Amino acid sequence: MPLLELRDLHIHFGATPAVDGVSLSLEEGRTLCLVGESGCGKSITALSIGRLLLMPPAHYPRGEILVDGRDVLRLRSRQLQSLRGGTVGYVFQEPGASLNPVLRVGTQIREALELHRPDSATEAEVLRLLRLVGIPAPESRIRDYPHQLSGGMAQRVMIAMGLASQPRLLVADEPTTALDVTVQAQIIELLQRLQGELGMAILLITHNLGLVTDIGDRVAVMYAGRIVEEGPATEILTRPRHPYTRALLRSVPELGRSSDRLAAIPGTVPSLGQWPAGCRFAPRCPEARPECGQRMPELKEISPGRTVRCPFSQDSEP
Amino acid sequence: MPEPLLEAKHVRVHFDVRQGLLSRGQGQVRAVDDVSLQVASGETLGLVGESGCGKTTLGRALIRLIPTTGGVIRFGGEDITRMEGAVLRERRRHFQMIFQDPFTSLNPRCTVSDILGEPLDIHGLTPSPEARTERIRELLRGVGLDPQHAHRYPHEFSGGQRQRIGIARALAVEPRLIVCDEPVSALDVSVQAQVINLLQDLQQQRHLAYLFISHDLAVVEHLCHRIVVMYLGQVMESGPAADLCREPLHPYTKALVSAIPVVDPASKRPRIMLGGDVPSPIDPPSGCPFHPRCPVAETRCRTEKPVLRTVDGGGSVACHRV
Ligand SMILES: Nc1ncnc2c1ncn2[C@@H]1O[C@H](COP(=O)(O)OP(=O)(O)O)[C@@H](O)[C@H]1O
Ligand SMILES: Nc1ncnc2c1ncn2[C@@H]1O[C@H](COP(=O)(O)OP(=O)(O)O)[C@@H](O)[C@H]1O
Ligand SMILES: [Mg+2]
Ligand SMILES: [Mg+2]
Repeated sequence: MPLLELRDLHIHFGATPAVDGVSLSLEEGRTLCLVGESGCGKSITALSIGRLLLMPPAHYPRGEILVDGRDVLRLRSRQLQSLRGGTVGYVFQEPGASLNPVLRVGTQIREALELHRPDSATEAEVLRLLRLVGIPAPESRIRDYPHQLSGGMAQRVMIAMGLASQPRLLVADEPTTALDVTVQAQIIELLQRLQGELGMAILLITHNLGLVTDIGDRVAVMYAGRIVEEGPATEILTRPRHPYTRALLRSVPELGRSSDRLAAIPGTVPSLGQWPAGCRFAPRCPEARPECGQRMPELKEISPGRTVRCPFSQDSEP
Repeated sequence: MPEPLLEAKHVRVHFDVRQGLLSRGQGQVRAVDDVSLQVASGETLGLVGESGCGKTTLGRALIRLIPTTGGVIRFGGEDITRMEGAVLRERRRHFQMIFQDPFTSLNPRCTVSDILGEPLDIHGLTPSPEARTERIRELLRGVGLDPQHAHRYPHEFSGGQRQRIGIARALAVEPRLIVCDEPVSALDVSVQAQVINLLQDLQQQRHLAYLFISHDLAVVEHLCHRIVVMYLGQVMESGPAADLCREPLHPYTKALVSAIPVVDPASKRPRIMLGGDVPSPIDPPSGCPFHPRCPVAETRCRTEKPVLRTVDGGGSVACHRV
């Protein structure tokens, strides 16, 4: 049984669909990367796992969210509390915005511990967590306020807080996006190491397919509320089948191709309520045909464990 | 090298700061410490380094948005280091800036038309209201935005579109140089590429020069002719973009190169993981500023500061081990 399974998940804001039939699964101890541009629905998918979206306006007209076999959408508030504080831990994009500016770092981690594991809410455990996420000299760091930390250190503190409940699933929503390239590499390496040491599963959300190489077991590519391609990371990276995946891959700037013009994806992700008919990527797709605007393509299995939502996808190099 | 448009010699920017929260002692942040560089007309110079290395401070100082502590800045051959008042305001037409955050750098209460009209009015560039309106439409078209949207407010645009508005505002006065401070760092990679391509097109059409600031060498390599790598306010290495990225000499540049994500899973490019953070410039390390994080540092790196010296191929590097 997978640790996390989304089955035909629908999320609406009022009457407007934002996530439209997403199915995903993540095994214990593995990493799934959810990739797509801003506005595709990645964060709200991630937040729905702990039922963290404000209801209303958000509601779930259809589908199931199974964590360890239990349907999150049917949990009572008591059970929900133990899910959020136990099985699932979160790390968000902006460490600056998520940390409380007036509380010392040590106090914040201790509060997270008191919430989730009151017996372990000790200074020793705070120090152990900070050491675990690679913060040097944690004894002096626990008295720091968030503004005294660099972006990378603040993100490590956030990860330490996400780990406070000893989660079996860590949901990391763009944990490196606001950081320097050098620090991004450090954080990805840290997540990998923690996964090895603690055996937790990671749902990593990013708009940059370049980050997936180092950490992903599987990749799901999302566009305008739907999954357009899913499969093993190495296959998605070397033989992307959906034109959107190919476009995302080409837009990652790589060294040594300075003479080429960068491949941008023209236009923008459609806003909620403005999804086009047919294939939602068609208006931006370099390979679109007239029929693409007619009917929404099915998500088809093209080989075991590999699905694509494009009937014309050819197998080609990015 | 042709006559430089912008030339900086031994520029320093130091800030006085209180040290610590309680102590009353004064400290000094050497945000920029003896930097020299040149940007030619129509050229893009990349300025790379991690957060806190002094890139923004240098960029702002070079176009006289903040005062310098030492050194000389020349623009078009003229010394602008101490220029002030009406003369400086008039010269500002020639050097503009684009900012990192497309969400905070545009006044949310102004329409796009107000935002683009302001610099036109300040410099008296459009003789009549009709000419002003037409110029605004032309600017929007020039950056790939719909001129019909001139009456909209910044929040009605996406991040990438807002960055285009910032570019249009900088272009309004027909500058010769634009300092671009991390203009794509807050954008999705797919949109990053749109903005970079736009900057490249505009440069070709208008013979613009850019000082392009970024922490991402891969982005910089695409846009820049030459690159300057900064660490703790000092230049570690500089040289032609392609050479510097293909064969970086300085250990810091090597680390920046190796941090760039590689899409190809089969790639065996070795990773040099830089530990820790940029140290505080209030209390910079002795010797080479990079030595505490350098994988190849030796004893003398701790005591003796390496001088920036020229190397074959037109670059320069400050490292004892090269
Ligand atoms: N509380 C909300 N009310 C209305 N729309 C929302 C809300 N939260 C998110 N959205 C919209 O849902 C879409 C998906 O958002 P999000 O999941 O944050 O995208 P991503 O994380 O992929 O950038 C976006 O169009 C966003 O504007
Ligand atoms: N007004 C200021 N007063 C004091 N210190 C400053 C000021 N502006 C910048 N600094 C410091 O100067 C250093 C360089 O900052 P900055 O130029 O913003 O770097 P970068 O743009 O490379 O991230 C940092 O240590 C920063 O904290
Ligand atoms: Mg998001
Ligand atoms: Mg800066």
